Amino acid sequence: MTAINIQNFHKFYGSLEAARGITFSVQKGEIFGVIGPDGAGKTTLLRAICTLLLPDQGSITINGLDVTKSVGEVRKILGYMPQRFSLYPDLTVHQNLQFFADLFEVPLKEKNERLQQLYRFSKLEPFKNRKAANLSGGMKQKLALSCALIHRPEILVLDEPTTGVDPLSRQEFWEILHTIQKEGTTILISTAYMDEAEQCDRVVLFFRGRTVGLDTLENLKKKYPYRLYWLKAKNLRKLLDFFQTLENVRAIQLSGDTLHVGFDTVPAAGDWQAWIKATAGNLEEWESRPPSIEDVFLDLMRRPQ
Amino acid sequence: MNLSFRRVWAITRKEFLHIIHDSRTLALVFLMPILQLILYGYALNLEIQRVDMAVIDYSRSTASRHLIETFNGSRFFRLFELNENPSQVGTLFKERKAKVAMVIPPDFARKIRKRFTTPVQFLVDASDANAATLIRNYCNRVILTYNINSGNKIQLPFNMGSTVFFNPNFTSAYFFVPGLIAMILIMISALLTSVTIARERETGTLEQILVSPIKPAEIMIGKVFPYIFLAFLDASMILAFGAFGFKIPFVGSLTLLLILSILYIILSLSLGLLISTVASSQQVAMMIAQTATVLPTIMLSGLIFPIASMPKWLQYLTYIIPARFYLLIVRGIVLKGSLLAELLTPIAVLVVMTVLFLIAAVWKFQINLEK
Repeated sequence: MTAINIQNFHKFYGSLEAARGITFSVQKGEIFGVIGPDGAGKTTLLRAICTLLLPDQGSITINGLDVTKSVGEVRKILGYMPQRFSLYPDLTVHQNLQFFADLFEVPLKEKNERLQQLYRFSKLEPFKNRKAANLSGGMKQKLALSCALIHRPEILVLDEPTTGVDPLSRQEFWEILHTIQKEGTTILISTAYMDEAEQCDRVVLFFRGRTVGLDTLENLKKKYPYRLYWLKAKNLRKLLDFFQTLENVRAIQLSGDTLHVGFDTVPAAGDWQAWIKATAGNLEEWESRPPSIEDVFLDLMRRPQ
Repeated sequence: MNLSFRRVWAITRKEFLHIIHDSRTLALVFLMPILQLILYGYALNLEIQRVDMAVIDYSRSTASRHLIETFNGSRFFRLFELNENPSQVGTLFKERKAKVAMVIPPDFARKIRKRFTTPVQFLVDASDANAATLIRNYCNRVILTYNINSGNKIQLPFNMGSTVFFNPNFTSAYFFVPGLIAMILIMISALLTSVTIARERETGTLEQILVSPIKPAEIMIGKVFPYIFLAFLDASMILAFGAFGFKIPFVGSLTLLLILSILYIILSLSLGLLISTVASSQQVAMMIAQTATVLPTIMLSGLIFPIASMPKWLQYLTYIIPARFYLLIVRGIVLKGSLLAELLTPIAVLVVMTVLFLIAAVWKFQINLEK
């Protein structure tokens, strides 16, 4: 069953094309990640899905409903958490939740129970009388999520919810998302953190308004065409300069204290020895490794469109 | 249209919390009107007092003394004698030492005794045309008094007398203070609501509200309510300050005035909301609100300048100024004691304007983030 269907979505801001023909669909019950660097067009797409922007071309449907025609119905199905913290800083946690419960007309009988549920998983109950402005980054995001969930939306759309949040809170946030998924909610989440792709059932990779990859993370990694090695050296910069010039090298990038190099074919033992000599002992270690999401993404990004 | 009372109430309660949390705005709301009332109330004064008058007395007689004393007796003039010829008067005006000069001819006493008419020359500095007219009128009145006192009454076939109603002393404040109330109320009210939607747009909270099933009309109505309450407190305060501070005699029904002031407040708040829907930021919203309320109200509502003396096309323009109609109500009730039945026309106009502003605001309100 398709929850969100996007066909050839285009969006212009003046002469700037923020989305250049995006097509994909999200199945019911999955966590779907929209991964890409800042300025890739993630927010534009998410806003269009949430009826906040109109497609210049193409169509978006939610449960089969066109977002430009059935605005009211779509807004009832969706829960949306914008990128910027968008709650009222001068209202308390409880007042914010109350406000959104009333806005979505959560039945009065269920309201208290719903608030209790949300307090339970967000662990915000002890802070219910604190002003939203005085919450930590992680707590703010949990409050925003609670507000987006107040009306039990079928589909949850989250725009970079973990940006600027400490690692521990990020992990807790993802645990909450998995719990929500188990309750049957479809989740569309955008992020600039590549490692968060691991948490998604399927991802779409965004670059400059285009999708450059769409699959499960596992499949994307399987499709990676090169033999990947992690290299260590005394001086990684110099090593990068050296390997860049080799014909056999198809992909290369610095990642932390290692250099990721993708070769056309598996290098022979003799090749490695030759390289140690050629770099005057700069090359110290090498190890064959499966590609990370960064490797996959950088490769897809560099391909001609 | 199916409006949800619960959503309207949610907005109202939230706005109310914003108001009580924002002590700076609250202070502004209550201090600004008082300041403005004091500044405008004392500065806007068309009465002329203690006008410097140069006197050149060639007659030097008891009769001329008497005339000068009559002028001295009125509080309008401050006299000083000038022993030079009338050609000096121009210099005197330029140096702003006098605004008017009186020249009494040498044969003044003789002619008066023989019951002849005798001319007295008045030279008036008309660089301020309004003041010059007033001074000339005052001079005529003093001369009239002098003539009556000295028994030189000229018999006319009829007797013309005038009685001034409602403001017999022509006190400026009685005229201006109600007008200022009209101006301050529309300015403050429009300012209050003009920033509300713009602020939500700026802080991003609008994005979160928009994805809910809320309707524009619910946002508008919900936002107006708490400010009606606030602006009403403001209005009561301004009225009380106007009445006691400037000692305006209050003739009509206070209840009626307060009720109609609520109508005017709702109108102003609706105008503010309309501005808010088109303004991109709070700054812009405030600028538009100020420009749209203060200047037109001062110039075109009849607050200072009588509408009847404007050119015809400008008179038509005054019909779109809400304060013009509220002024009829305030001045009517406060100074003349007008009753509800006598104010139906301006009330109807205000109601229509309010509805139009609200409809326009709802219609102009973007339900998405498209520009």
